[in-house]
Amino acid sequence: MHASELVDIEVALFQEAIKRRYGYDFSGYAEASFKRRVIALRESFGFRTVSHLTERLIYDPLLIREIIGKLSVPVSEMFRDPIVFRHIREEVIPMLATWPSINIWIAGCAQGEEVYSLSIILRESGLYDRAHIFATDFSDDALARAEEGIYPQREAKKFSKNYLLSGGIGSLSDWVTTGYQRIRVDASLRRNVTFANHNLVSDGVFGEMQLIMCRNVLIYFSDDLQDRALGLFRDSLVHGGFLCLGSRENLEYSAVSAEFSALEGSRGIFRRGSRG
Amino acid sequence: MAERRYRAVVIAASTGGIRAIRIVLGAIDKNFPLPILVVQHTSPDANNTLASVLGSDCRLPTMTAIARQPVEGGRVYVAPPAYHMLVERGPRLALSVDDRVCYVRPSADVLFESAADVWGQGVIGVILTGANEDGARGLQAIRSRKGLGIIQDPAEAEMAAMPRSALELAGADHVLPLVEIGSLLNQLCV
Repeated sequence: MHASELVDIEVALFQEAIKRRYGYDFSGYAEASFKRRVIALRESFGFRTVSHLTERLIYDPLLIREIIGKLSVPVSEMFRDPIVFRHIREEVIPMLATWPSINIWIAGCAQGEEVYSLSIILRESGLYDRAHIFATDFSDDALARAEEGIYPQREAKKFSKNYLLSGGIGSLSDWVTTGYQRIRVDASLRRNVTFANHNLVSDGVFGEMQLIMCRNVLIYFSDDLQDRALGLFRDSLVHGGFLCLGSRENLEYSAVSAEFSALEGSRGIFRRGSRG
Repeated sequence: MAERRYRAVVIAASTGGIRAIRIVLGAIDKNFPLPILVVQHTSPDANNTLASVLGSDCRLPTMTAIARQPVEGGRVYVAPPAYHMLVERGPRLALSVDDRVCYVRPSADVLFESAADVWGQGVIGVILTGANEDGARGLQAIRSRKGLGIIQDPAEAEMAAMPRSALELAGADHVLPLVEIGSLLNQLCV
């Protein structure tokens, strides 16, 4: 048997252990990326084999939070794919403005970069006071960092460039303060944000949304899990509500594709139930 | 008719790679029956035209990979800028925004290792010009499963580091000038 197939066995046992011991079910994750993440996790702990990692996982419950953090969606950027945020500013925001109150769900918010990006857009377009953002992730570690809103200073230049490319009407420095090698987002940007733990694998609908953002999360899911998540999004969205996926994700290979239409000229933005 | 030995071709290049990949793909026969998966390192801000540039001299349809797309023979799939491209069982394509590998995303190691897991000895890995070590571990994964390794002759590569590091770590079945790689692929696969 090839060494890589031995690792496949170990990854399957790890997956079984984390499910039976802590209830996290990764069986619906795409295999190749999940395997890479487990190997990266093993390396980060300095274990020689995934089996050693599994042993620690089983016997040391204090590690689970860190392990889930490292297995979850990686860091993003503020205004990542600025063209998408430009579409949100120009096409989605004017439609959101027609609803008296606006609920937004950012599913898989990781460390919050997109939460604050969207908050800034809502502030700059005068919609923030009637908007509420639900920022969810299944990693408590990620949620804690998202709530802090602190990012390394080395990212500032990229974030600022992205902000301008996204159609920003001021300066990113209007919204962040810099110091101690870090940038910190303004506390007013989380006034209307609720951070909460939610797992797309096992949790359900919790509210009626006008906009759902879930970017570069479904790419890690197999078909069934993707369809489960998209079903949740469909059931959460009001008629005409918007779904924003990653710019390389589409609904072509999903069960709900007929219930959404792509927003013309955009990449990864869909509307529920509207045709043409 | 003999059963076909190979099931997919994976190609990677970095600096100088756009020209090199165009030359290799330009020599591929129009009846080429296998899928060809391509990683070219680019700036993350690169636009959507990479696939059409790489495929401009190629007789096979060349496209930017979409998540979950089924992998079909006779087509060229190019990793989108800023995403790793992987092969899943099916075979289908997967994308990821996980950390860079060898400082790059897309990374050849990520593609090659996943291709080796799915296709085993049926993979042909091709490493072209580049100033990076990406692809060496991936080619090692392919060759360790009895897949085939082809490396552009470092002496003629625009940047020798990538083919040289692949040669040192993984070794090769064939070390060839660019212009001979396409015709070898035709001979082995068509």
